[in-house]
Amino acid sequence: MTMLIIDNLHAEIDGKPILKGLTLTVNAGEIHAIMGPNGAGKSTLAYVLGGRPGYEVTGGSVTLNGADLLDMDPHERATAGMFLGFQYPVEIPGVSNVQFLREALNAQRTARGEAPLSGGDFLKLAREKAGLLRMDMEMLKRNVNVGFSGGEKKRAEMVQMGILDPAFAVLDETDSGLDIDALRVVGDGINAIMRAPDKAVLLITHYQRLLDYVRPDFVHVLAAGRIVTSGGPELAQRLESEGYEAVA
Amino acid sequence: MATLPTTRDENWRYADGAVLAQLDPDVLDQWDDFDVAPGETARRIIMAGGAGPELIRVRVTVGDGATAELFGVVAGDAYARLEVVVHLGRGAHFQFGGVTIGGGDAVREIVTRMDHALPDATSDQVIRAVHWGTATGNFLGRIDVARHAQKTDAAQDFKGLILERGAATNARPELEIYADDVKCAHGASIGQLDESARFYMAARGLPPELARKLLVQAFIGDAFAALGDEGEQERLMDVALAALGDRS
Ligand SMILES: Nc1ncnc2c1ncn2[C@@H]1O[C@H](COP(=O)(O)OP(=O)(O)O)[C@@H](O)[C@H]1O
Ligand SMILES: [Mg+2]
Repeated sequence: MTMLIIDNLHAEIDGKPILKGLTLTVNAGEIHAIMGPNGAGKSTLAYVLGGRPGYEVTGGSVTLNGADLLDMDPHERATAGMFLGFQYPVEIPGVSNVQFLREALNAQRTARGEAPLSGGDFLKLAREKAGLLRMDMEMLKRNVNVGFSGGEKKRAEMVQMGILDPAFAVLDETDSGLDIDALRVVGDGINAIMRAPDKAVLLITHYQRLLDYVRPDFVHVLAAGRIVTSGGPELAQRLESEGYEAVA
Repeated sequence: MATLPTTRDENWRYADGAVLAQLDPDVLDQWDDFDVAPGETARRIIMAGGAGPELIRVRVTVGDGATAELFGVVAGDAYARLEVVVHLGRGAHFQFGGVTIGGGDAVREIVTRMDHALPDATSDQVIRAVHWGTATGNFLGRIDVARHAQKTDAAQDFKGLILERGAATNARPELEIYADDVKCAHGASIGQLDESARFYMAARGLPPELARKLLVQAFIGDAFAALGDEGEQERLMDVALAALGDRS
């Protein structure tokens, strides 16, 4: 079943074209890696899919499970099943992870017509997902990302993903800032949460190393605002050894 | 009988002149006395949340070695002023947390004066102002430290949050220090809601009103942080956030 269809997407920031005709289809059950040099537009693609203000779509279309994604507000996209893992997770002083995630989960559930989770049930769920990512529950009682190291922020993103349980995740350089041990934990977490016949992932990464843990079904190279080459996992190996310029 | 103040008076410079002209002069002689006996600790909570203009004036006398705590929310629909004058005994402590919050076109203000006439006393004030529409939030904070009031520690921290262009805050610290061995930390800043935090929260499924509420709650939480009673903290927060809920 088709999950995401991006068709000839054009987007600009401050009048500067960044995405220039990007086309990509992701089916349920698939993990797609998007690789590409710095400045290629990878984060821009993630933000456009998330609906970030300032990222203006000037052409093309995106559908998620048949619904027009670009027509939705950012919080509606989350409710529709999309999760955006940030390259730079945002710190929110004064708001605890527990409060933030419980409000977020229950806002999504309410919007979908499901009953909100009680405090106790939520904590049980949070504890389970934190355990999956080997994150101390005490960290979740602290303010959102405040004082977290780069690696802790990325792990916290995956705990959030576990709790919100999306159908489709766009993970923007979730591997950056992770040491080798954390990389394995995060990789295992992504597999546990998202590897399912009714789910799909767009894994944006700069390096091949995360793909050793999360094996992609397809690898795409994004350069100058377009997908320039696609292939299987072997493409990632070639990129790693030969560089983007030789392959793309 | 007192004469009505005008905005030409330093102490009333940011007040709503039209409202002042209509005040009953008698109210200017009305002071609410809050006396704390030497060595004792006492707390008072004040909420101004009415429909008409309000003038609340508290005269605090903190005995030697005593602690007085005052927490207040100014959240009414019309001009409202919370004025606090504090006389501190030797080694006394005064703790203040104040919030002005609201929209429309009303002026809401907190005016404090710390009279440090004796040595070793401390005062700590945290003031937060959250406004929208064309409303104005003011803080005038005067600190007098007499020649003999050595080892005075008087802190004052004001932050304003403007939710919409058109709203404003004014902060005016005024320090008159005649002793040489004193600490007077004071800060004032004005800002807007953090756009990246708002998008991050939306990306997790929080609708804009809920995200704003959480951010405002975190912002004004500072003013109540020193309040030991969680129930009272919640009550103050509820009054403040109710004003936000009415936001048109
Ligand atoms: N906020 C912004 N304002 C202007 N230009 C931007 C902004 N963000 C990114 N860009 C530009 O868009 C291009 C793509 O950036 P980005 O999507 O972050 O690339 P990648 O994630 O692939 O490294 C770059 O040329 C970058 O300079
Ligand atoms: Mg990037």
